[in-house]
Amino acid sequence: MITTGTTSTCGVAVRAGLHRGWLETKYSLTDVGDIFWMLLFPISFTVTLLFMRGNTVPGTDLALGAMVLPSLIGMSIAFGGLAGPAMQIATDREDGTLLRAKATPDGMLGYLIGKIWFFGLTTLASLVLLAIPAVTVIGDLRIDGRTALLLPVIFVVGMVATVPIGSALGSIFKSSAQSMLIMLASMLLIAISGIFYPITAMPTWLQWVGQVFPFYWLGLGTRSAMMPAGAEAAEIGDSWRTVEMFAVLGVWAVIGLVLAPIVLRRMARRQTGSAIAAARDKVMTRGY
Amino acid sequence: MSDSESTTALTDLALDVRDLRVRYGSNEVLKGATFSARRGEVVALLGPNGAGKTTTIEVLEGFRMPTSGDVCVLGSDPARGDERWRARVGVVLQSWRDHSRWRVRDLLDYHARFYAPYATAEVPRPWDVDELLALVGLTAHAEQRVMRLSGGQRRRVDVAIGIVGRPELVFLDEPTAGFDPHARREFHELVHRLSDFENTTVLLTTHDLAEAEKLADRILVLDRGTIIADGSPDKLALDLATKAEVRWTAGDERHVHAVEDRDPTEFVRRLLATDPDVTELEVKRANLEDTYLALVQRVESGQADEHEKLEALS
Repeated sequence: MITTGTTSTCGVAVRAGLHRGWLETKYSLTDVGDIFWMLLFPISFTVTLLFMRGNTVPGTDLALGAMVLPSLIGMSIAFGGLAGPAMQIATDREDGTLLRAKATPDGMLGYLIGKIWFFGLTTLASLVLLAIPAVTVIGDLRIDGRTALLLPVIFVVGMVATVPIGSALGSIFKSSAQSMLIMLASMLLIAISGIFYPITAMPTWLQWVGQVFPFYWLGLGTRSAMMPAGAEAAEIGDSWRTVEMFAVLGVWAVIGLVLAPIVLRRMARRQTGSAIAAARDKVMTRGY
Repeated sequence: MSDSESTTALTDLALDVRDLRVRYGSNEVLKGATFSARRGEVVALLGPNGAGKTTTIEVLEGFRMPTSGDVCVLGSDPARGDERWRARVGVVLQSWRDHSRWRVRDLLDYHARFYAPYATAEVPRPWDVDELLALVGLTAHAEQRVMRLSGGQRRRVDVAIGIVGRPELVFLDEPTAGFDPHARREFHELVHRLSDFENTTVLLTTHDLAEAEKLADRILVLDRGTIIADGSPDKLALDLATKAEVRWTAGDERHVHAVEDRDPTEFVRRLLATDPDVTELEVKRANLEDTYLALVQRVESGQADEHEKLEALS
């Protein structure tokens, strides 16, 4: 009896969470500001790729753009999974969204399911938009059955590897303003992760730093899914290192899935009406 | 009180708080508050800012751990309240800018979904969303985004979310802050409806006396972490008011007399017996506002003694 009850409450919360994620996606895709940001990236990437025309990946005769576009897909997955949740959770904590979830039975479960679904859907939307810059380099890419198989797998693995850790990071920061640091850190990591220029052109110690984080591995994975044979010559060890890629992303997923519930629970416990009132007063006085 | 009566009283309690203490570092915010509320009762927690109202309500909501004391809300300790308990408690939060992009109806419907598994034979959960929207007067704004609502409308959304699960007990922290008189009046009607028709227990905090007087069956006056008065608005005024004013006209002259004694009856009786010309007699007892201010003042002036007493006790 009790078991049935528990299952059904969880089921209801999960369904409500999926509904939440879908609604938030819908709100986001109908918001002028959000659409502007969503379009800004693919358009600026298109411009970047146009400027890269005529350049080749060092050591090969491959177009540089053909390396950059797949890397951008990997980067978008990592960015959508890490920076998105980190910043949103910090904001939701400050404005009382999380407290509302806490005041609702099974509300935290619904909230988390909703966020995962929302980030999955919006990241997917941003990937679809990368079709715009892709037109400029489509001739230099290899799109086949391997792509169709590998890309969706990398997308799902990438989300599982990044959303939990991103949520945990968002819970650690004291305010939404501090969470902007995530954005900054992401930019730095993107710069050293071989997205816009092969990682092999970096000093060795920087290559090691880059290889710790999911940005590099997701970029590597998406390159392996879309670049023609022989392109791996520009990679570390002249290989796509597919096994290592899934292993490193797997480690990040495990770290995130272990850490996130602990950190989120601790953060939610501390969330009270007076804490939100204090945050509100602070924002009101400093004006952001 | 007979045995049977006291048993009924116990099972009838929606919340029971004994010697509640909350300390942040060296600052003791609640210094042994003791009070209770019966089912269906509307109780106002009244006190000046910084009296400990919000802390009290946060402990009862299960969002804050007390330093010591016994707290029982709907038969459970809020700090250990499970989701089943959570479904029976309504918390009306103050919205600020959360869910600002959501449409009113979507937001209410989303929160309603969680309560369906907690429906019982006696309590159908959740509330029908459209019915509830009508009840809080938001039908016309159902498709509007939360960010486009006025302060009063937004507050009604908060109330609707707080009661969408048909809670047995509702907590309202400063529910009418920022309301215009019209919104305030509508809100008062809503609270009356909840207690009269739904038999919902309501605990609200306010620093507005008129509001406490209008809404509450019972008022708890909280000051500096202790409950300094507890009773119905009438009883509070009667018990605590020491002054009354008697006005009358005799001939062409208007007279005013302040009665320092508790009961002005004796004065009036003598007046009428001695002066047959008295007309337009008016007896005005100090209202709750005077009483409240007097109380707060008394506590403030007696603060030193109070501290000595506390220290002597501990």
